[in-house]
Amino acid sequence: MNAARVLRHILPLAALAGACTASIASAEEVNIYTTREPGLIEPLLQVFTKETGIKVNTLFIKDGMPERVAAEGESSPADIMMAVDVGNIVDLLDAGVTQPIKSEALEAAIPANLRDPDGNWFALSMRARVLYVAKDLDIKSFTYEELADPKYKGKVCIRSGQHPYNTALFAAYLAKHGEAKTEEFLTALKANLARKAGGGDRDVARDILGQICDLGPANSYYVGLMRSGKGGPEQVEWGNAINVVLPTFDGGGTHVNISGAAIAKHAPNKDAAVKLLEFLVSDEGQELYAHANYEFPVKPGVAPDAIISALGPLTVDSLSLGDIAKHRKQASELVDKVGFDN
Amino acid sequence: MADTEEPRRALSLDRWRGADGGVWLLFAGVVALLVLAPVISLGLIASRGSGDLWPHLIENVIPVAFRVTFILLLGVGVLVTAIGAGTAWLVTAYDFPGRRILDWALLLPLAVPTYIVAYAYLDILHPIGPVQTTLRAILGLTSPRDLWFPEIRSMAGCIILFSLVLYPYVYLSTRALFLMQAAGLVEAAETLGARRRPVFFRIALPLARPAIVVGTSLALMEALNDVGASEFLGIRTLTVSIYSTWINRSSLPGAAQIALLMLFIIVTLIVVERWARRKQRFTGSAQRSQPLVPRQLTGVRGWATFLLGALPVLLGFVVPASYLVNEAWKRIRFNGIAPSILTETGNTILISSIATVFTVCLGLAVAYAARLNRHGIGSVLVRTASLGYALPGTVLAISILTPLANLDNLISGFSQELFGVSTGLLISGSGAALVYAYTTRFLAISVGGIEAGFEKIPRSLDHSARSLGHTPGPVLRAIHLPLLRPTIGAAALLVFVDCMKELPATLLLRPLNFETLATHLYAEASRGTYEDGAVAALAIVLFGLFPVILLARFARPAALTGGRAAIVADGHL
Repeated sequence: MNAARVLRHILPLAALAGACTASIASAEEVNIYTTREPGLIEPLLQVFTKETGIKVNTLFIKDGMPERVAAEGESSPADIMMAVDVGNIVDLLDAGVTQPIKSEALEAAIPANLRDPDGNWFALSMRARVLYVAKDLDIKSFTYEELADPKYKGKVCIRSGQHPYNTALFAAYLAKHGEAKTEEFLTALKANLARKAGGGDRDVARDILGQICDLGPANSYYVGLMRSGKGGPEQVEWGNAINVVLPTFDGGGTHVNISGAAIAKHAPNKDAAVKLLEFLVSDEGQELYAHANYEFPVKPGVAPDAIISALGPLTVDSLSLGDIAKHRKQASELVDKVGFDN
Repeated sequence: MADTEEPRRALSLDRWRGADGGVWLLFAGVVALLVLAPVISLGLIASRGSGDLWPHLIENVIPVAFRVTFILLLGVGVLVTAIGAGTAWLVTAYDFPGRRILDWALLLPLAVPTYIVAYAYLDILHPIGPVQTTLRAILGLTSPRDLWFPEIRSMAGCIILFSLVLYPYVYLSTRALFLMQAAGLVEAAETLGARRRPVFFRIALPLARPAIVVGTSLALMEALNDVGASEFLGIRTLTVSIYSTWINRSSLPGAAQIALLMLFIIVTLIVVERWARRKQRFTGSAQRSQPLVPRQLTGVRGWATFLLGALPVLLGFVVPASYLVNEAWKRIRFNGIAPSILTETGNTILISSIATVFTVCLGLAVAYAARLNRHGIGSVLVRTASLGYALPGTVLAISILTPLANLDNLISGFSQELFGVSTGLLISGSGAALVYAYTTRFLAISVGGIEAGFEKIPRSLDHSARSLGHTPGPVLRAIHLPLLRPTIGAAALLVFVDCMKELPATLLLRPLNFETLATHLYAEASRGTYEDGAVAALAIVLFGLFPVILLARFARPAALTGGRAAIVADGHL
């Protein structure tokens, strides 16, 4: 059998398979690639599907989402890409896999500093990098700079310095204080660590309960996940073992990071995708989001979940997300330089 | 004219198929190329980088990462060899109560993914976990600070954990070798008055070197390419550096450059090891191999031996598995079972089975080609086909993405032109990409295992069959396959278990709405609800258990060469 004959047999089958997938795609659907676990936003998506009849498919990817969408090119089924950490979101833009969106609803709901000026990405929620503190330590207010104070020697727990949440915090520090001061800060913070930098944010609470350490930076929403009991009864114990302080930069506000979304360059269901984003930043969507994730809503006027409101008022630091993203690489190199994770 | 042409074509075709196994070699070449494709793709990605990050890497990252990686691998290497070869000798050379159970139970840790074991142990050994709480209660201490306890989030903890999970690779290969080879020489030594223990160090162990190397190198590559557990325990290996470079500094080319450096080092080490034993011959004559008669140990000595052998099983399997059962049970009472877990189990078994079939068939073909072409390019092809195992899963997946998607878009373009219908992502959208990734990654296991199996079949059998005019294909079918069946079974089950546990490539390459047990577990874990993940983790362990038990059944005769010897051994066991 020659090659042409083989081709004539195989290609119609391929075309048939293609036609099948194409016909599935033509029903009202929207496909999300996400680096954050979709289970968290599942309740929102269900409401969206109920209200609009648009079915939502999700694919949870950890690393390599921009690479995958770029490789798939024009055939990519991705409509929306969701990611956490501003750096990872900017990576999508840099990979050239996004497209600019003009939407009045999105622009009205999301403050200008929380979205790309050209409409390539939009923040959907905010999380603050807060401080978990042992109950017997009487700390009411705290600055990030104080983490390096020698009086906390052997008392600080933290996850890897190369984790995006920490890298973003250090990048903000870098943007504010410059390279030399940041290096000093990281060296002193490293000297304060009670154990190797590693694990997750919740391990800070667990290790405080286990009296391995007294304090450490971690994300705000974990407080909600632990204390609400969504993580099981043991985590309620961890969550209740700590006090939570919203630290600020010296003379500034609290460091926040975002979760966000972008519309894919070759989105096959662009209209449905924009509809979904608009739903996610509507009053209803933001409220659901806040209760499902314990994050801060981006839309002014929508209140966070009660567990999170109880932490106190959030004053967001004025440094722009763009500045933070720009200093990320340098911050990551400083982490290596001082041997933070070693 | 046609009349004169036909016979000539037939003749040349016959030669082509004939003595030198050309078709087999060609096929093995194609397989090697399929494995090489991601490596080439990785090279292309690396070449896009300017290399401007190397001054930083050389100054701040590489020295530490190399040291950490070296210590980790050295530690894991020594421990897996000690545990793996030690237990293999124990159940081969001695007979004691519970030996027959240990014989297969020693394989059980294979069923548990490393990152699950790491999580379980952190929980168990944490100051607020059961072990330290009990210790404090016994000692009458109130504060966790009063009790010194070794920290598992350390290099030593990481080495011990990895070794407890990975030693079965060494146990499996070494036990097989001991069963078939050690007997003659060991008995000769004993006739000359040597006692059994020195015999182990001076005869059995050196003889088992190829098997130990195969097992240890598999274990070391697993340890090297792990991200989950080492990151969790705070150990920053070279692989973790690849991640920081890629994710935090947005430099995929830089990450690719580090990965290639790592690959280069691994290949060099493998070549050096093979070169170092180039003049040694390990294959005995199959017909004469007889199993070693184990020495009876009774009473206290017998039970002590059992406890010693049972320790790795206890720590590597029983403890983490009981932890999982407990967590899963708590979770089921709290939340019930997610209905999706049935579909996910189905997906996992389906995709792992398909990948296993491919991996084993291709591995067989490559190993056979190498046997037919012993002095030529055959062994190069075998080594090339094994390269995929030396790359971290995510790096392999990233490298596969581009060539596959390009192929997809090419097919789609063709179809668009010919039929006016776009086929979309035919390969990467259908799960075929996953099969490709698994096959590339785990081919090393099947090629290695089957190659070792071939080595135990005397070449005189091939020569006799071939001198009677049979071509390589029928010889393989009629002679080798029946003899190789246990080896192939063992390789298949090992590959299957590894496919089931595979996470990073699965996460990146699976199609929309396609979840496996591993991705389910990972999703739960990244939401921070590890206890939810316990059910999926338990399912992975349970479904990993069947193949491992089957493996134990199959692998016994696999240890011996073929028919007669196997029957003798089986009767003996």
